Amino acid sequence: MRSKILRLLESNSRLSSKEIAVMLGLPHDQVAQEISRMEQERIILGYSTLINWEKAGEEQVAALIDVKVTPQQDVGFDEVAARIYRYPEVKSVFLMSGGYDLSVLVQGNNLKEVADFVARKLATLEHVQSTVTHFILKRYKQDGILFDDQEADRRQVVQP
Amino acid sequence: MTVTGRFDPQKYISPVVKGLKPSGIRRFFELVANTQGVISLGVGEPDFVTPWHIRAACVESLEKGYTMYSSNYGTPELRRAIADYLEERFGLSYHPEKEILVTIGASEAVDLALRTILCQGDEALIPEPCYVSYQPVTQLCGGVPVMVPTSRTRDFTVSAAELEKYITPRTKALILCYPNNPTGAVLGREDMLALARLAEQYNLLVVADEIYAELRYDGPPVSFASLPGMQERTILISGFSKAFAMTGWRIGYVAAHPEFLAAMVKIHQYTILCAPIMSQMAALEALRNGRSDVARMVEQYDQRRRLVVSRLREMGLDCFEPRGAFYVFPSITATGLTSEEFASRLLQEERVAVVPGGAFGPSGEGFIRCSYAASLQELTEALNRMERFVARRMKYSKAVAHA
Ligand SMILES: Cc1ncc(COP(=O)(O)O)c(C=O)c1O
Repeated sequence: MRSKILRLLESNSRLSSKEIAVMLGLPHDQVAQEISRMEQERIILGYSTLINWEKAGEEQVAALIDVKVTPQQDVGFDEVAARIYRYPEVKSVFLMSGGYDLSVLVQGNNLKEVADFVARKLATLEHVQSTVTHFILKRYKQDGILFDDQEADRRQVVQP
Repeated sequence: MTVTGRFDPQKYISPVVKGLKPSGIRRFFELVANTQGVISLGVGEPDFVTPWHIRAACVESLEKGYTMYSSNYGTPELRRAIADYLEERFGLSYHPEKEILVTIGASEAVDLALRTILCQGDEALIPEPCYVSYQPVTQLCGGVPVMVPTSRTRDFTVSAAELEKYITPRTKALILCYPNNPTGAVLGREDMLALARLAEQYNLLVVADEIYAELRYDGPPVSFASLPGMQERTILISGFSKAFAMTGWRIGYVAAHPEFLAAMVKIHQYTILCAPIMSQMAALEALRNGRSDVARMVEQYDQRRRLVVSRLREMGLDCFEPRGAFYVFPSITATGLTSEEFASRLLQEERVAVVPGGAFGPSGEGFIRCSYAASLQELTEALNRMERFVARRMKYSKAVAHA
């Protein structure tokens, strides 16, 4: 039951617990309880909205930064990651396999802001060996959703 | 000397064609096309776009130059894949070379089947409300459509006892479409067995349009042809349009006794030649690797189905629970409107398109067909609008009743 509820919420977080209950053919109170439990257990971490900021008329600049960390005996990746993710400018941090260690998504109001953040805050952190900054130029698809939906509904309105 | 009058095309058109009634849906279509901002629940096709890997298979076939005719029957690979699918899914055993023909959608298969079996004056039993093509195609074949009413009391399933009342010495075939368009009704095993006994007793052929077979919400699908003794007397029709969201590809198939099939191929080879090869390539990919896509879409239809039924009931409309296809068929008599009035006022007042039930046969009067092949957002908005409309109508009809 949990995974069915989660899948529905993942595709549309605005569904009410009542709607979810009806859609899954389950008792409402059971679904509501399960959702609040999953919130408490931090299985459900939040309900966010995917926004096309460009279309909303607000400039947003984001960059993906590859961070290499100097291996240390006593300091693990988790601690370095924690020092990075505490900054509010940092939207996500992932530990990566391959050529670098941490992938950091930084967001700002303009190019300079992001560049400054990398130069002053990120690159100067202890144990950070190097950074490579990739600015995001255009978003095509995020979290499974297309920004410019070329597959919008084009069916005729009435059909047998 | 010949007197040349004004050229009158009507004089040249066959009386049979002239006699065909225009589709009730078409008429409604004009009205909808002229209204802005409409949310449509009037569509008889999936809201999903064909899964990408299926489209990609077509693109790849074009890149490789598959632009030629195929065998009249369809490509051997596709026929084999269809045979395997029918075996695995329904326990049916059809010979891929002698008993399967790939057609231009289930539509062509219906046409082929009826043209192959109906002679002038032969009667075909057609439970209604039903898909709009059976009656006119029967008429085009010179056959006589005998419409058999079904009703809400039996959740729009047809009973053998009821059908038997309509059987005459000229009855040749029974056309069955379950899961049903427009009602979403399915047949239980008992009902199917009773129909099978009836077919045997009266030596009827069964044309089974099972295009919605995959879209079942109460367990695995059952094919009429899989009932004891039924495979030889069933012409099984299906296709890719609904289950794989492939309406525009125009690809379907018919499976039947080799002698029926050979007869149908004769018509097909002269009128169609073959189904488009690029669509056949896509269909092959669908059968080979698209089964999980079907499961994903069916799960979503099922969730929407429950939501729509629940909302319609909350509005005070009587609505039986459909167990197949992607339609609900609620009664709108509580609003005091006919189904045509309901549909056109709903369209004008709230800009939601549904299809009046009468378009699918006289027993559909008093009902509307709503498709839940629409995104959850659209569906929810359409239901909100419908709720407002129904509440207004109910208040009004109560006031009239008390006056
Ligand atoms: C019951 C039924 N049969 C056949 C068809 C036609 O299907 P196809 O696209 O395969 O021609 C439809 C389409 O709406 C249908 O509802």
